[in-house]
Formats: sequence, C-alpha cells, structure tokens
Amino acid sequence: MADASWPKAEERRLIGTRVSRLDGPAKVTGSARYTYDIVRPGMLYARLVHCPHAHARITKLDTSAAEALPGVKAVRVIQGAGAEIQWALDEIVLVAATTEEQAEDAARAVIVEYEILPHYVDDMHLDRAPSTRAGQEETAGEPEKAMAEAAVRFKGTYGLPVIAHNCLEAHGQICEWNGARDTMTVHCSTQAVSALAPQFSERIGIPAGNVHVICQYMGGGFGSKFSADRWGIECAEISRQAGGVPVKLMLGRDAELTIAGDRPSAYAEIEVGASAGGTLTAWISRSWGSGGLGGSGNPPLPYVFQIPNRKQAHVSIPTNTSSSRAWRAPNHPQGCYLAMSALDDLCAKLGMDPLAFCRKNKAILGALAKTYLEELEVADKLMGWSERWKPRGASGKRSVRRGLGLSLHTWGGRGHRSSCEVTLQPDGSVEARIASQDIGTGTRTVIAMVLADSLGLPLAAVRVQLGDSRYPASGGSGGSTTVGGVTAATRRAAVNVLRMIFDKAAPQLGTTPDKLEAVDGQIRVQGEPGHKLTWRQAAALFGRAPVTTTGANPGAEGDVELTGSGAGGVQMAEVEVDAETGIVKVRKMVAVQDCGLVVDLKTAESQVYGGLIMGISSALAEEKVIDPVTGTMLNVDFESYKLAGIADVGELVVHMMTGPGYDERGVIGLGEPPVISPAAAIANAVANALGVRVPYLPLTPQRVLDALEAHGKGAA
Amino acid sequence: MAKSGESDGPPRGFSRRDFLRGGAAAGVLGTGLLRGVPPAEPAAAAKTGAGAPIVGPGPVPMNFRINGRAMSARLEPRVTLLDALRTRFDLTGAKRVCDRGTCGACTVLMDGKTVYACSILAIDAQDAEIETVESLGSVERLHPLQAAFVENDAQQCGFCTPGFVVAAKALLDRNPVPTLAEVHHGLSGNFCRCGTYAGIRQAVLQVAQAAAADPVYAPGLPGAPGVETKKREDEAVDPEKKHKKKKKKHKGGGRHGRR
Repeated sequence: MADASWPKAEERRLIGTRVSRLDGPAKVTGSARYTYDIVRPGMLYARLVHCPHAHARITKLDTSAAEALPGVKAVRVIQGAGAEIQWALDEIVLVAATTEEQAEDAARAVIVEYEILPHYVDDMHLDRAPSTRAGQEETAGEPEKAMAEAAVRFKGTYGLPVIAHNCLEAHGQICEWNGARDTMTVHCSTQAVSALAPQFSERIGIPAGNVHVICQYMGGGFGSKFSADRWGIECAEISRQAGGVPVKLMLGRDAELTIAGDRPSAYAEIEVGASAGGTLTAWISRSWGSGGLGGSGNPPLPYVFQIPNRKQAHVSIPTNTSSSRAWRAPNHPQGCYLAMSALDDLCAKLGMDPLAFCRKNKAILGALAKTYLEELEVADKLMGWSERWKPRGASGKRSVRRGLGLSLHTWGGRGHRSSCEVTLQPDGSVEARIASQDIGTGTRTVIAMVLADSLGLPLAAVRVQLGDSRYPASGGSGGSTTVGGVTAATRRAAVNVLRMIFDKAAPQLGTTPDKLEAVDGQIRVQGEPGHKLTWRQAAALFGRAPVTTTGANPGAEGDVELTGSGAGGVQMAEVEVDAETGIVKVRKMVAVQDCGLVVDLKTAESQVYGGLIMGISSALAEEKVIDPVTGTMLNVDFESYKLAGIADVGELVVHMMTGPGYDERGVIGLGEPPVISPAAAIANAVANALGVRVPYLPLTPQRVLDALEAHGKGAA
Repeated sequence: MAKSGESDGPPRGFSRRDFLRGGAAAGVLGTGLLRGVPPAEPAAAAKTGAGAPIVGPGPVPMNFRINGRAMSARLEPRVTLLDALRTRFDLTGAKRVCDRGTCGACTVLMDGKTVYACSILAIDAQDAEIETVESLGSVERLHPLQAAFVENDAQQCGFCTPGFVVAAKALLDRNPVPTLAEVHHGLSGNFCRCGTYAGIRQAVLQVAQAAAADPVYAPGLPGAPGVETKKREDEAVDPEKKHKKKKKKHKGGGRHGRR
C-alpha cells in the first residue's frame, strides 16, 4: 500500500542510517564547482569601489580615468555625488574589465571625494545612544511583586558583541544577460535559488521567468545569503551595460566581513528570583543591542524557562554599520546566552547544581520538558557531570582551573514549502528535481535517501538534481526548514510514482494495487515475495516514454504529518582556564540533540559538530571590532577576525535522540539548534572554574583577567 | 601562449625580492607599477644598471610544472600562483578566501611542502613542482585520504576542504602516524567555518591508524579502511618517486628538472 506517511522503523532501509554525503567525492577532489570557480566564455571581472567612511556625503565622483584604462569594458556609478553614505564599505562604483588585475586597477583609478559626517557605532552603552528603537516587550504575571517576594535574587549584566558570518566563499555571482531573449542567467552563491529569480526580475525589469538562477555548490551562508543584494543587481546591470557578456563579481574579504553579514549584538540587565529551594518565580530584564541601521532582533527572554512572573523589554540602537542578516538561529544564541548566564549565576547564589536546578524547574520547560529531561540524563552520563561537578570556585587559587557548565536550547524547524518532481524512465532510472540548494548540510543526500527508500531501490539507483531555478520551486535554506520541506515533498512525489506503478502492475500480477509493495528493487505482492516484477519491468509498463509525478510540502502552516517543529537540545561544556594568562580552553563538549525523525544520521551529527565548533568560536574568539574614531571595522581579515582552529575545539561528543518518542514527531530541521547553546555552556563552565562570571563574550584572556581582578580572585 | 625557447621567459631563480628591488630601481617603470597602471605593452626582460633584470608589469611568458605537467601562460608578474591556477589553468580546487596567507583554503604543495598559493607570485613558482588537490584523486578513484574525508564527513560546504586535504596529505607524507596533537599542529594553518574539524581529525587519524597497523601502508597506497580498492595504478608510496616517474614521462618539456 502506497502510503505517504514515513515508513515504520522496521521498513526503513536508508532513512535513519549513516550515509556519506553524495557530493563528498566532488568536494574532496576539488572538482565541485562553486560560483567563485565558474568561468564563462568571454567573462569580465568586476570590482567594487567602497566608501571608506562610516557616514559621509559624496562631494565628487570621477570615473573617467578608470574608463580610459586598458581592458575596462563598463563602469557603473551605484551612488553618485550628493549621496549620503551610512556605513563603511558601502558600494559606490562598479567596474568591469577583461582581467581581474585590470578591474583592480580601474577600481583604484576611480576618484571619489567625501564630506565626512558624524557617525555613531557604540552598541554597548545604552545611555550613550543618540537614538533607540523600541523592540518587543512582554509582561506575564506579577514580576515586581514576585521579585520582591523571592527568597533568593540575582542581578547581573551580560552581553555578546556583533559577529560576522564570514562565509569562506564570499558573496557574489556571475550574471549573464542575453539581449536577444531578454534573459538573465545568474550563477550565485545563495541559500535561496527559487526566491532569487523574482528578486532579480523586480530590480532589473525583466520577467521573473526569464531569470535563471543556478547554484550547484555554495561555500557557506549561515543566513547571510538570501538576498540578490545590491551588488548582485549591479552585477546584472553591468552585464547588460557591457552588451551581454558574463560578469563575475565576488566580494573581497574586507567587504565580506564588513557588509555581507552581521549577527546583532545583545546586552541585558537581568534580575531573577527563586524560592529558597530553587523554584524559579520571577524574571525582569532590560536588553539592548544593535544590528546596524536596521535595528537588532529581539532575543527571546527568558528563553526556555517560562517563568510565571516575567517582564522583558528590548530596544535596538541604530548604528552606522550595515544592517544585520539572519545568523544561524536568529536571536536564539543571544537569548540563550543572556538567560542561561543569569540562571547559572542564580544557581551559584542558591548553592545549587545547575543540573538539579533544571530538573527542579521542569514544570516550566513547556512542551519539550520530557525531551530536555531525557537529554539531561544522557548528557550527564556522557560528561560525567554528576560525579565531577563541584560548586563554583572549588579550584581555589590554583593557576589552572577546571569547570563545568550547561545550557538548554530550542528551535522550530518545521519544513518549508517545497515541491519535487520525480521522473521514471522506461529503463527504470529515477531522477528527482527540486529547486532547493545544498548549502553544505547534505540536502542532496537526504533527498536521494528518501527517494530510494520510498521506492525500494538502492541509493545508487536514484539521481538528484537541485540548485536550479527551473526545477520545481522550493524554499530558501534558512531556519532549519529545508530538510523537512524537501524530504516531505520528495516522499510524496515518490509515493505518487509508486501509486502509478502499482496501478499498472496490479493486473500483471493478478492482484489489486493495495496489495503491492516496492522492496529490494522489486514490485511484489505483500506476503508473496515470489510474485513480483523487477523494477525495470515495472518501469517498462508505461511504454517507451518517461513518466513524471510531483509531490509537495505545503509549508509551515500545512504539514503536520511528515514534518514537525520544536527541537530541544542540551549541551555541557568542560573548560580549563589559566588564571595567570586568562586563556580559556574548551576541554570537552557534549551535545545531546533531538530533531524528530533523523534522515541521515551521519550528516545530522555533522550539523551538531558544526554547531558546537561555530559556537566555541563565537564564545572564545569572534567579535567585530569597530573603531569608535573612524567608525570602520578594524579586524577585516582572518588574522584579526579570529576563528577557532582545529586545535581549539577540544573533545566533542554528539548524541542524537532517536527512536520511539522522537521518530514519530516527523522530520525537524537541525541547522540552527546546536549552535545556540555552546557559548552559554562555555561561559557557565568558565564561571564554575573561576568562581567569577566573565560577563561579556568573547571570553578573551583580557576579559578573564579583568573579571578576576575585579573580584580579587586572580592566581595566587 | 608562451613560445618555446629559453630567451622568452624570465630568468630562473628570479625571486620576488629581486623583482621588487629591481622595480624600485627602475624609476618610471617602478612608479607605474606601484600606481597599478599597466603600461601599453609588456616590457620584456630588461637589465637595470644594477644588473637586476626587470620584467613586467605587463604580461610575460611563464612556464610551470603543475601536477606533473608542463604548463605555460602569459601573466603579469603580480599574478599570484593561486590566481594563475584558478583563472589560467582551470584548477579551481584551491580556493581564494582570505587572499593573504592566513586561512589555508588555497594550500598547494610546492616541491612537496605546503604553501599558501595566494601568497606566492606565479613568477616565483616556475622552478617548483606544484601539486594541487586535483593531482591526488578523482571522484571515481579517491585517494585513501580523500575517501577517509568522505567517510568521516569531514566537510560541509566544502570550500575549505581541498586546502585541508592537501595540508593533511603533506602532514601524512612526512609523518605517516601522527598523534592527535601532531594532527592539530599540522592542520593549524587552515580554517573551516562550517565546523568540520571533528570529521577532519577523525579522517586523518583513521588513515594514520591504517598506516600504523600495516608498516607497508603509506597514505599514497590503496588499502585504507573503508576504501573501495579501485585505486589509481600510478600511486606510489614515495612522492619523490612519483615525481621522478612523471618527470620521465614529460622529458620533452625540458627546463623543469631542478634537482
């Protein structure tokens, strides 16, 4: 019986197993062609001229010298004399030339003069902000009264800075206008193949159907690559201006770090109250932060614990920096860090083990309470928390001190709107087409696994085509929505193929369609394995023409059958802090994660490892340093915009919650959840080791030493 | 394309320092170069009073030995080895990410040693044996190290992966059984943004364990665990031997035997 619901555990052959990503060989051999790698015949190279000032007005602009240089084919003024520039490295002029070196020369030959205007870039000090924008406010219960009545209260200030997406493949595209047909072909490093065509169409004035977007491989997005971006539109326009030759424009690293993706900062004054036994009763917080001119998001506070009496208000501070973009789990890493830090400090004041504190407050953990409790139990064993946890400051005055910290997190992750087309050829070959994109999460692989498993075929017998806007539309890869969307659409398309096959095959096998099953490359009668057609014989029943069917996932509102929402995770960190040097080392991290039905266990674990590592990096090293005097970003390279290296991440242990109680929730996305907790868990472990809270990220030696000095708890 | 004959190219052993010194001494030409304005036509090799030969700043013929093959192109002296590989020779496995010798995404082997191709001028790479990730294995015939990367999912977006593969290959060539600390040290010149370090170190250690278990085994040989043994015929244990073998094959190319 061809039923579109997920097969039962005992019927799954591929779903839930460990499959190596299908495009792995192309990536390890260097044969995978990213946008940055594509060279089109006659292609020109484009370069941007950026504004070096944070706030300025263009007083003079002269491109004549650039236009006269050899090899220069087109020059476009993006913002001309009189334009007011609001952030550093905003785009002013685009040049296109035969070679990259010539384009570089031309960009340098453009003359732009500015009147420098006053700027504001301080996002940390709310009292200094010239203007603020109100964000979300929420009040429940009677927070002031509950706080006054709380037996134990703690008040603290915490914060985390703006960090960058810093995609290894810079933002960029190759645009190719065809004048005769009025079409625009765009090879773009994007997380949204389907959505990009309408964006280009609207801005360059050609029909959306005439825009062809292609992205086979993309080198990292993390939420920053959903837009066509102004530089993309300008690249399309300069291709048209140059007469329809392909033009490649990739951002330089300084621009990639400065204008192509920020995560908003968040700071908060938080007061929490509990009973003497550790039952949370009250929360009052005031938070602020900046996401550039566009304002910041609202960190969800008090995060996973729905404290009955709570009040929170957020304001954003506009600054002369480019607007923030969605950064993996938008707002959650901030909300999680702020809340879990304050609750950890409250635990310390209560003299309570944070693990016991979580269990004590399970009643306010909402729908995921059971998940969290089960995960805490697993994490406890994997970290050896119960045997090894000691109250804060147990390391005393020793120079090297160890500590443990934990954090909980959640994310939605229901599948997005997606459609899939499956074609069965007379020779039995099967291909799925879907205008999704594989941003490194293993999307190709999960589509192939679901398709093959649904049809009873080996993985090698199916092909997957994605990354092309001419295929059936699918949502952007953001918010952990892709895996649910594409697997649900693929499952339904595959089951539709089976239904067609069963209808044709049933008379041949002298039975009815509902008695058939597709197993081991055969269409056979249930319970009568000898009564069968081979897959190829079944495909040939349609004659000599291919057949195509489709399947769809309705998106966030519609599907509750195949995809779920609301993943819960627990992470624990063990750190070693040198109180003399201030250096924090992550010794070990444990991540226990739920995401409903896991499709590919191997790539699912990779998402969690990746989340841990990216989280460690943000906890220990990452910060966009903006010079208050010039308003420009100072650390625009990999030497000074620090990322964690392979030696910095310690031992990593990942455990996926699967099986009964999890699988039946359907497929839930996983890209966001594991990156939420690491900074909170690490910061709490540092506080546990030192006996002192280091309140601001990243946990640099300077900040550690400052915190120790402020509390008089440095090394003896 | 380069013409044949010794006189057309810049002299052997022409270092970047010599180039800069010569350029600065060359008055007008040097100034033009520093301003980044290319001259009307390429200046061929010339001599200054100080005796330092001057080439560029326009395109000059250059000859390379890349993945065992002789290759040539006319390039401006300022073109990096990375850009030459990527835009002139269509070898795009090495990526341009930081473009200033920090991130390791452009890692290639130069005479068996890892270098950041973005920080080497192509003109200075002419005497060396350049090996890129493309020389290791193909999709159909993965090098055991590449197979271990796939098996351990040591990649996500994959943009840093070729650089890590080359760096790991160089590490294992000189130290077939590294400790975890040695793996960390050997790969500390490469960055990943997706967070694939866990898979990478597992992949490298897996290959190393296979080497430890079988003394005959070396990374260049078939037989790493989990690897289907449809290996390249020409994979030799010793990278030196491999070079020599290939050199012989390309005897006609001339001018490349350095050692």
